[in-house]
Amino acid sequence: MQTSLLALLTIFGMALVTYLTRMSGLWLMSHMTLSTRMKAWLGYLPGTVIVAIVAPTVFSTGLAEAGAALATVLVMARTRHVLLAMIVGVGVVWGLRMLLATLR
Amino acid sequence: MTDDLSGAATQPSEEPVAFDLKGGVAGARRALPIALSVCAYGLVFGVLAQQARLSLLEVLLMSGLVYAGSAQLIVLSLWAMPLPIAAILLTTLIVNLRNLLLGAAISPWFSRLPPLKAYTSIFFLADENWALTMGEFAQGKRNAAFLLGSGLVLYVAWVGSTVVGRTLGDVVHDPARFGLDFAFTAVFLSLLVGLWKGKSDLLPWVVAAIVAVAAAHVLPGKWYILLGGLAGSVAGVVRHAD
Repeated sequence: MQTSLLALLTIFGMALVTYLTRMSGLWLMSHMTLSTRMKAWLGYLPGTVIVAIVAPTVFSTGLAEAGAALATVLVMARTRHVLLAMIVGVGVVWGLRMLLATLR
Repeated sequence: MTDDLSGAATQPSEEPVAFDLKGGVAGARRALPIALSVCAYGLVFGVLAQQARLSLLEVLLMSGLVYAGSAQLIVLSLWAMPLPIAAILLTTLIVNLRNLLLGAAISPWFSRLPPLKAYTSIFFLADENWALTMGEFAQGKRNAAFLLGSGLVLYVAWVGSTVVGRTLGDVVHDPARFGLDFAFTAVFLSLLVGLWKGKSDLLPWVVAAIVAVAAAHVLPGKWYILLGGLAGSVAGVVRHAD
């Protein structure tokens, strides 16, 4: 497998496009005067983006993922410990998948 | 008025934003457990890249310069000679468009930094370290180097593991076998618990979830993140306007 010039140029192009998507949100927002409404919108963004990231996995993958999500949220709400919540989530999804596979 | 600002509780006060080693180290430490799961995916990408006939140098450059897991994985499916360059670049753009939202959300803090620091750090912006950083800011911490520190750890994990995966070939198994694929979801869910500010978040979050689930069913790639995040946050703003 030889590295071709065209492949390298394609990779550089991908790098440029990706960096532009990373810097544009910051750049646009820094060069605008923000209205109260824009500020409220920015305040809602982190929560809604993260909800959107997890929603398909949590709600439309299966019982194991939904159950593990519930366990993760409960552990986090009780302990406020991200690492512990992550370990419990991964453990529960692993256990439930094995259980559901044997039941099938 | 306090209720009106509930959505804006994560906005910074007028205090300056710090950017120092302490924040970078704190970010690096918080990213370590996530780096494990990034490595699992990096190995898988490396193996798939070998099957798509990318050279080791190409894998190293793609991971190091593009540094975008989902875009790189999707591009592998297009990687055939002659290279469909336009399709590859367009796909990269579409998969990464959600970075616009992440950058906008982080801008109240990063627009206060000197441009060199801000625009260097933003190269390392990814879903995972962005979410960790927003969680820090939501707790009132204001050290922007957290994004760079956590980003560097994930960057090293990604570049290193993709190169190892490309070199080793198919010794790696499916990360889903050990539930590792759920690690990302678990971290995001934990951060959500910290971001919940009360009833005013309910409507935007429900809208975001419904739109994301629907979009994931009908659209390919990562459109669901962009659409769900936009729909939910706009719903929150519209509700306030009434």
